[in-house]
Amino acid sequence: MKVSEQWLRQWVDVAQDVQAIADQITMAGLEVDAIESVSAAFSGVVVAQVNEVAQHPDADRLRVCQLDDGSGHLQQVVCGAANVAAGQRVALARPGAILPGDFAIKEAKLRGVASHGMICAESELGLVEEKSPGIWVLPEDAPVGEDIRQWLGLDDHSIDVDLTPNRGDCLSVMGLARELGVLNRLEVKVPEMTPVAAQMDERFEVRLDNGDACPRYSARVVRDIDVSTPSPLWLTEHLRRCGLRSIDIVVDITNYVMLELGQPMHAFDLDRLQGHIEVRNARAGETLTLLDGQNVQLEDNTLLIADAHGPLAIAGVMGGERSGVNSETRHVLLESAFFAPLAVAGRARQYGLHTDASHRFERGVDPTLQVRALERATKLLVELAGGTPGPVIEQTDSRALPDTCQVTLSAARVSRILGMTLADDEISDILSRLGMTLTPQEKGVWHVGIPAWRFDVRLEEDLVEELARVHGYNRLPVRYPQANLAPRRDDGTKVSLDVIRQQLVAGGYQEAITYSFVSGELQQALNPAVVTPTLANPISSDMSVMRSSLWAGLSRALVHNLNRQQQRVRLFETGLVFNGDIDTLTQKPMLGGMICGTRDPEGWTARKEKVDFFDIKGDVERLLALGGVESEWRFEAGEHDALHPGQCARILRGDQCVGWVGALHPAVREKLGIKPEVYVFELELASLQQGRLAAFSPLSRHPEVRRDLALLVEEALPVQSLLDTIHEQAGDALTDLRLFDVYQGAGVEEGRKSLALGLTWQHPSRTLTDAEINQTIDNIVAVSSERFGALLRN
Amino acid sequence: MEHLSTVVATATEAIDAAEDIRALEDIRVRYLGKKGEVTALLKGLGKLPAQERPAAGEVINQARQQIEASLEAKRAELEASAMAARLAAQKVDVTLPGRRESSGGLHPITQTLRRIEQCFANIGYDIAEGPEIEDDYHNFEALNIPAHHPARAMHDTFYFDARHVLRTHTSPVQIRTMEHQAPPVRLVCSGRVYRNDSDLTHSPMFHQVEGLFVDENVSFADLKGTIEAFLKAFFEREQLDVRFRPSYFPFTEPSAEVDIQCVNCGGNGCRVCSHTGWLEVMGCGMVHPNVFAHVGIDSQRYSGFAFGMGVERLAMLRYGVNDLRLFFDNDLRFLRQFQ
Repeated sequence: MKVSEQWLRQWVDVAQDVQAIADQITMAGLEVDAIESVSAAFSGVVVAQVNEVAQHPDADRLRVCQLDDGSGHLQQVVCGAANVAAGQRVALARPGAILPGDFAIKEAKLRGVASHGMICAESELGLVEEKSPGIWVLPEDAPVGEDIRQWLGLDDHSIDVDLTPNRGDCLSVMGLARELGVLNRLEVKVPEMTPVAAQMDERFEVRLDNGDACPRYSARVVRDIDVSTPSPLWLTEHLRRCGLRSIDIVVDITNYVMLELGQPMHAFDLDRLQGHIEVRNARAGETLTLLDGQNVQLEDNTLLIADAHGPLAIAGVMGGERSGVNSETRHVLLESAFFAPLAVAGRARQYGLHTDASHRFERGVDPTLQVRALERATKLLVELAGGTPGPVIEQTDSRALPDTCQVTLSAARVSRILGMTLADDEISDILSRLGMTLTPQEKGVWHVGIPAWRFDVRLEEDLVEELARVHGYNRLPVRYPQANLAPRRDDGTKVSLDVIRQQLVAGGYQEAITYSFVSGELQQALNPAVVTPTLANPISSDMSVMRSSLWAGLSRALVHNLNRQQQRVRLFETGLVFNGDIDTLTQKPMLGGMICGTRDPEGWTARKEKVDFFDIKGDVERLLALGGVESEWRFEAGEHDALHPGQCARILRGDQCVGWVGALHPAVREKLGIKPEVYVFELELASLQQGRLAAFSPLSRHPEVRRDLALLVEEALPVQSLLDTIHEQAGDALTDLRLFDVYQGAGVEEGRKSLALGLTWQHPSRTLTDAEINQTIDNIVAVSSERFGALLRN
Repeated sequence: MEHLSTVVATATEAIDAAEDIRALEDIRVRYLGKKGEVTALLKGLGKLPAQERPAAGEVINQARQQIEASLEAKRAELEASAMAARLAAQKVDVTLPGRRESSGGLHPITQTLRRIEQCFANIGYDIAEGPEIEDDYHNFEALNIPAHHPARAMHDTFYFDARHVLRTHTSPVQIRTMEHQAPPVRLVCSGRVYRNDSDLTHSPMFHQVEGLFVDENVSFADLKGTIEAFLKAFFEREQLDVRFRPSYFPFTEPSAEVDIQCVNCGGNGCRVCSHTGWLEVMGCGMVHPNVFAHVGIDSQRYSGFAFGMGVERLAMLRYGVNDLRLFFDNDLRFLRQFQ
């Protein structure tokens, strides 16, 4: 909330300057966001009286005014404002004055007539934002000759305090003054607020139908007020400096009391109330047109102020149009109620509203404040706008009023939480200053009575925070925690994410972090068959659907970079992907990658061809090798909506499909606006990270044998099936099987391919003979021929 | 034996003139080979009277040794020059760039996050993780933020339905951990969090690191010590003014915001710290008894502290990044600056 520095100083006489005050309350937990001067810088402007106004001889729209500025001689000023009139008191900028924006006022001649200064509009003095329609007419009692800044106390500041939700008690001048008083050991000077005696007997019936939600409702009839009375300058200035605009005399007064004491109030037009006031929950089908013109369908969880005819206001949030004060109002019913925080909490938001009243009631208004505020407002209303007040009407459901709360505090607990001992004297001093009552029990234990305005203090810990806060957080000790440290068990079979990331980084991949929510369209393009949760309140439709694949964000990042002349892009990301609707949801950590451009970075030795499937597959294989269990992984041809049907593999661990690798489907690329070919992979991290503990086997002292073999097979045969057969036939002593060439062309029959294989055997305990190796080779050739029609190539 | 000296002279001359190893080998064969001239002389010794043989043999052997020495010297010389020639031919321009994959890099957020995690992992904190789509209970209720609590308005929550949200902070991981782990608990959890807010200084997705320490006799003093030491370590400063400001989080009591002396201007006031000299970097506090109650930990016996910080903010301060949105554009020209 915004509060005027001067207003605060009227309540508590703090010696420090405004910055020091701001620092002090900030360090007490009431963070000051900004300190602003209440007016722009200007000087040389005084109150003057317009004695005479004459038409300018040569200009229809100008007038020549004679002003008394208290200097002893009349000042002649040419003024263009239509509203200037003799007898007014106005703000006169004399020659030499500097107006906001460093605008210097000089002696001038306007169409031949000398003008010694300028009569100012409010906006010209920077006191209002929107341009004023005419000059600023001051009250009749404005002292002629006095400097405007002096007279209005414009050397004031608005202190903007960003209060945390627990400190609703500080949403008023009184609350902030109380806090300053505590911190500076100063008395809070409450202005005199004498009750206003009733001058008639008129009452208005009030029924509390939901005492839990509204335990106290006070009201008062005031008849025969003059709503046309302009709000005095002191009132509108107080409001302005606290961030509120002037509306009319009644609303300004209720707002003033709210700012001063923290009690939101409302005024009904008495003539438009029917029968009685009832405070009850809304009924099915009821509607209400609010003061802001909005018509809302009320829900039955909503507490209402109603009359015999129906809803008048949403309690504690906003009044209705039907019963609001307007220029024809003559009699009012002032309302000052206590609504329970839980009854009001969330209601404003439910209707898309946020008001000064709801802000305060949600956080808790002092439940003892209502009648005091009502008296204060009555007094101001009668003084400023006349009127005859009736008696205070008060309905209370005392069962539901917040209990006067007692919390037991022990000094031992204080020192356990804070790590230091506060002396008993200091404990009782701080808490007493905060308005708490202490009843000593055994030594070092108190029953602490919590003042009605402190809704946030309910537990011993809350009291400890109060003590720490007032004592000063920065005066509390500093030490390091003591702990019993046992070495942790560490699963040595797990490949850490750091190692995986580093491997990719070494392979030229740059890590990306992209949004977890993507556009529905992109999601649809990549994984049309997969449902993922959709946000009920997204920032935009581009960020509304949870991603089912990391490719969504990576492709956006790729496009971003391709559009910025990056031709070789290699990106990866780790993060959760989502699958299922909210009730069947899985959230899996994944690793995804995407590459395009040339195989090598450009350079004098570089391979200039573009990457292909086997580049990204190789990158994936290197990742799979990190766990030391490469043999458990397999690739097999698969189909994926986002991938090229001829260049797409499922990545299996055992029987489980845990990833994909392939070329992005050309149709998908087209949708995403990507021209070059793009290769992608995605893997479940949990599977990738599950490795094994390395195990030693003795080194063989016997020689190894290597044989190379060229087999001709059908072009379409997946090589993996042949490799599997060779593994199966080659015996346990096979230590390495390597495909070192795939050839098609001259010398190989059309429709076939030649596979060159290197086989290495080494037996742990004996030397292998030529005869047995030859026999093994024969078996391999025979079985391959039988299964795949493979022929030995000569 | 005059002949012998002529042979030696001729041989020496030929050796000197030899241009390569092969020519040298031919010379060796011509003089010292099985049918070589010097060999022939040795073979002729048998024809001499027995008493003359030793002297004559010695002379011939001397000649032989002389030729062998010349051959050896020449061979070494030729080999050296051949090596020199080969090396000269193999000379490369060492200033040409090497053949390599260009290295990629980790995202600056990952680097910052890992750095923070390591600070705590090094002193025995576990690293925990949790889901990003959370239920209302773990994200709010168990953290002492009941429905309609005004603090919910501070969170700008993304909703899926009435019961499911994108987590607004990493604090639910505290709850999930304490639900199944009895004290002592020392953990850091980090990850993506989401708020429905997007402007110059807010991203709808950002990262947090959260820490939790629960044991017997843990106090606010321990919290202060931990945070101060961490911030000095993170910003690599011996001297760094740190201040604790009372604040409010529903899940801690007492609660504090932590400010550090502006790392950009050293506390003199600049644009980065809005001319206050201070930067707000994290929130913290003592775990609220209601939170302990939700997870069944006895708050009379145990106490604990928790802290949380925004990774983007710390990364921006550490690297001097001036625009939050750069982190999620994934522009290679930006990312490569953090390799």
